Amino acid sequence: MSDVADIESLLKLALSPVEPPKELEARLELTLGSLVGMAAEELEAWELSAMRDPRNWVRPVAAAAVGSGAAVGLVLVRTQRRRHKRRKEARGPVDLLSRTLRDFAREARRVADDVF
Amino acid sequence: MAAGETTREEREQKARLDETFSQLYKAHLRDVYSYSYYRVGNHHDAEDLTEQTFLQAYRHFERAQRESDGRPLRPWLIRIAHNLAANYYRDRARKPQTSIDDAGVISAPHTTEALVEDRDDLKRILDGVEQLPGDRREALIMRFALGMDNREIARALGRTDGATKVLLHRSIKQLEEIVKQAEGPTEP
Repeated sequence: MSDVADIESLLKLALSPVEPPKELEARLELTLGSLVGMAAEELEAWELSAMRDPRNWVRPVAAAAVGSGAAVGLVLVRTQRRRHKRRKEARGPVDLLSRTLRDFAREARRVADDVF
Repeated sequence: MAAGETTREEREQKARLDETFSQLYKAHLRDVYSYSYYRVGNHHDAEDLTEQTFLQAYRHFERAQRESDGRPLRPWLIRIAHNLAANYYRDRARKPQTSIDDAGVISAPHTTEALVEDRDDLKRILDGVEQLPGDRREALIMRFALGMDNREIARALGRTDGATKVLLHRSIKQLEEIVKQAEGPTEP
């Protein structure tokens, strides 16, 4: 295994493409679809003139709620995914709670930075 | 009414943009995930990095598409992942917690695995890749895990085509040296 051709063929094998987990695919589609696309589309569809009429406020508020709901969901899912690591590292129940809250706050900041 | 027409037009434009982004996402999810995985060395952080990459990409997609001038957007996506991976190490001040092979690539069935006479060769290659300087390691990941050509890698790394060709050549040469050293002295 000393010439370049061998190295290249071994590199192709060693660095095979890695299939993303199905759950990541589903989560990303949900995030991109609901969180950004749907809420933005609904909000954009709200004609400026309609703002004067409170009867038209329901749809955009619902769209914003869907967006916010999805964002909160995303934060919860991400926080939940780190639970094993937190349990392993925590020095007791109080420390575990503190770590959970810190993770939640950090994920909330990340979602807010990325999406809004 | 004119303002209403403009709004409808903008909405349609956004719907088209979303559709194009959806196609981009479907076409390159595996590329971004593979790149992320080989950068961070574990599935958990690779998932996070992939997610962050697509969220960032969505935010800047309109401008990227405008400025791409019809060129493929894969290098742009990989560049986002590359920058986020750099932040990942800088912010958390950490290195990969597990080596790539520990995380399961070698243990995962390769379709062409039957062709490999010695699994140790693959392990030595992966160990060698991890010992390379960052830009050389990334160039090899882009070439061999993602199948990117010189031009695409150049765009992703912000280099010229010529500099990228040299980078790849030197990366393979250096890897070859590392692997030879790992194999130990050869008998005469």
